[in-house]
Amino acid sequence: MPLCEVQDLQVRFPLRGLQAWLRTLKDGAPPVVRAVDGVSFAIEAGTTLGLVGESGCGKSTVARSLVRLVEPAAGSIRLDGTELTTLDDDAFARVRPSLQMVFQDPTASLNPRLSVRRAVEEPLKLHTDLAATERRARTDAVLEEVGLGADLAERYPHELSGGQRQRVNIARALATNPRLVVLDEPTSALDVSLRARVILLLEELRSRHGLSYLFISHDLATVRYLTSRVAVMYLGVIVEEAWTAELFAHPAHPYTRALLAAVPVPDPDAKRDPFVLSGEIPSPIDIPAGCRLRARCPLARPVCAEPVPVREIAPGHRVACHLV
Amino acid sequence: MSAVIAVEDLAVRFSTDHGEVEAVDGASFDVRPGEILGLVGESGSGKSVTAMALLQLIRKPGRIVRGEIVFDGRDLCRLSEEELASIRGAKIAMVFQTPRTALNPLITVGEQVARLYALHGGLSSAVSRRRAVDMLRLVGIPEPERRSRQYPHQFSGGMCQRVMIAMALASAPRLLIADEPTTGLDVSTAARILDLLRDLGRDTGASILLITHDLGVVAATCQRVAVMHAGQMVEIAPVRALFARPAHPYTRALVRSIPRADREVTMEPIPGAVPSLLEPPPGCRYVGRCPWVEDRCRREKPSLSEHAADHLVACFAVEDRRAAV
Repeated sequence: MPLCEVQDLQVRFPLRGLQAWLRTLKDGAPPVVRAVDGVSFAIEAGTTLGLVGESGCGKSTVARSLVRLVEPAAGSIRLDGTELTTLDDDAFARVRPSLQMVFQDPTASLNPRLSVRRAVEEPLKLHTDLAATERRARTDAVLEEVGLGADLAERYPHELSGGQRQRVNIARALATNPRLVVLDEPTSALDVSLRARVILLLEELRSRHGLSYLFISHDLATVRYLTSRVAVMYLGVIVEEAWTAELFAHPAHPYTRALLAAVPVPDPDAKRDPFVLSGEIPSPIDIPAGCRLRARCPLARPVCAEPVPVREIAPGHRVACHLV
Repeated sequence: MSAVIAVEDLAVRFSTDHGEVEAVDGASFDVRPGEILGLVGESGSGKSVTAMALLQLIRKPGRIVRGEIVFDGRDLCRLSEEELASIRGAKIAMVFQTPRTALNPLITVGEQVARLYALHGGLSSAVSRRRAVDMLRLVGIPEPERRSRQYPHQFSGGMCQRVMIAMALASAPRLLIADEPTTGLDVSTAARILDLLRDLGRDTGASILLITHDLGVVAATCQRVAVMHAGQMVEIAPVRALFARPAHPYTRALVRSIPRADREVTMEPIPGAVPSLLEPPPGCRYVGRCPWVEDRCRREKPSLSEHAADHLVACFAVEDRRAAV
C-alpha cells in the first residue's frame, strides 16, 4: 500500500466582485476557478514524487490541500491508510506531525522574532509531549542533521543567509519525525551553489530516514535529480505520470514534450526539440471541454474535443491524450 | 572589429556603515558588434552592479572609483548628465528582471511604447502610435492593435517582458542590457523570450549583454560568456570553449554544480561561500574556495590573460599548469 494516496482531488475557488456577479446572472450559478480538477496520484514510502507544471497549473494548490491549508471540494487524501479529508481538526492535528511542509520563500516562512532554536522547537511544543530538556536535545540533533552548527542556534533569521534559512525550515519540518514532507519549490529562491547543497541535503535526509517527499517544482533539472516518479500538471489535471527516467527519455504527452523542449540545458551543442505550443495557458475559469491543451497543441484533431482517456502506455507510464 | 562597448579595469565601491564594499574589482571586458555576451555569476558577484555602471546609474552611497567604459569613442565615466541622457535609454537600453514593476500601471501599453518614439525619434503622436503597434507585433504580442490599448495588469508576465523589450528597442539601441530577463518566468515563456532576444540581435544588429545566473540560458543564447566571482572577472571565453574546457577553478566548479534536465549527472556543490566584500582577500577572491590555491594567490590579484584563442582566464594556478605542460 502506498504511503500517501490522493484520489480525484478537486479544489475550487469562488470568484468575487462585479464581473463574477454579472456572470452569476448570466449563467445562473456563481463562477468558480477549478484550480485542481480531479487529480490522483500515489507516493510509495521512501520515494519522491515530483509534481511539475507551470504557474497556475494547480500544483501548489495540491500541496496546500494535503496539509489542509486549502479545503478540497471533493476527493480523497489517504496517509498511511487514514482518510484525511473527513478528519475533524483535533484528529487532523494528531496526523500533522507525520505530514510536514517546506515552502518556497525561506524568509517569509520564518518568524523574524524567533531564534533558530525556538523556531525549530515550536513544532515540538505543538505536536509532542516532550519535556523541555528532550525538546532541546531533539532541536540540537535536527539542526546538526541539516548542517547548522550549535553556534547558529541562538541567531535570528536576519543573521542567516538564504541557504541557512531554508535549512532552518527543513529542520522545522523534520523535527517531528514526519513520514511525508511536502516540498513546494524549496530551492527556487536559492542561488546556484546553495541550491545544489540543499538538493543534496534533501536527498541525504530522505535516504537516511526513509522519508517520502512530494516535490513541487517547475525546475525540471532538479526534478530529474531528486524524484523517482514525476506527474505533469496542466490546468488543474495530471496529463502524464511516469518513472522519472522514462518520462525524461520518452515524454508522451504534447505538453510534457513542449515543457522538456523549453528547458535550456548547459550545452551549446544540445539539439533542441523544436516542438512548441502556441499561445498561453488559458484562464482556469473557462476550461475548454475535452483536452485542455487542444487550443495550443500543434497536433490537435477534432477528436481532442471529446473527453480524454487515460492510457497506460508502458508499465507505470500513464498519459491523458487522444493521440498517444 | 572594434567593440561596441569596452570596459577596462572597472571598480565600483559602496560606502556602508561597516566600511567600504568593493562590489566590482577591476572588471575588463568588451561587447562586440551583433553578439550576445553572457555575464554569469552568483548573487553578489557584481554582475548587476556592472550593468548599472555601464549606464552610469550607480548612485550614492556607490561610486565608480576607477576604470573606463568606452562607447562610441567616448569614456562614459567622463560624460556630463546631459551627454549621458542622449545615450542612456537610447543607444544603450536596458531590460529589467521585473517587467511589471518597470511598466507604468496607469498608461496603456501602446502609449508607453509610443512615447519613446516621440521622445527619441521626434515623431508625431499618430506616427508614434503606429510604430508602437508595429514594434509590439515584432516582439510577438498577438493582436497588437487591440492589446496596445490595454494596461499592464491585463498582460501576463511573459507579455510584460515582451513590452519591455519593445520599449528597449524603440530607440534602435546599439547595446541592449538584459538583467535576468527570464528569471521568474515559466520555462516555455522564458524559452520564447530568449528566442526573441536571439532573433532581435540578428535582425536589428544590436549587441546584447545578457546577465544571468543560469548556465542553461547562457548555452542556449550567448556567443561568448564572461564569468564573475565576488566582483572579479575570472574567465571570458566563447560559449563552446567555456562548457567544453572551462579553465578557471570557479567556472569548473560552477559547471559541475548544476543539475541537468537532459541527462543524469552527479552534482558537486561549490565548496565554501562567496567571501564578504567588506574585507575581501587582497589577492584572488576565490582563495577560500579554491582547490588549487597557491601562496601567491593570497597576495596578488591575477589579471585576465590569454589561455587559448579568444579565451581569457585570471588564475595563477592555470598559468602555472599551462607553463608546466
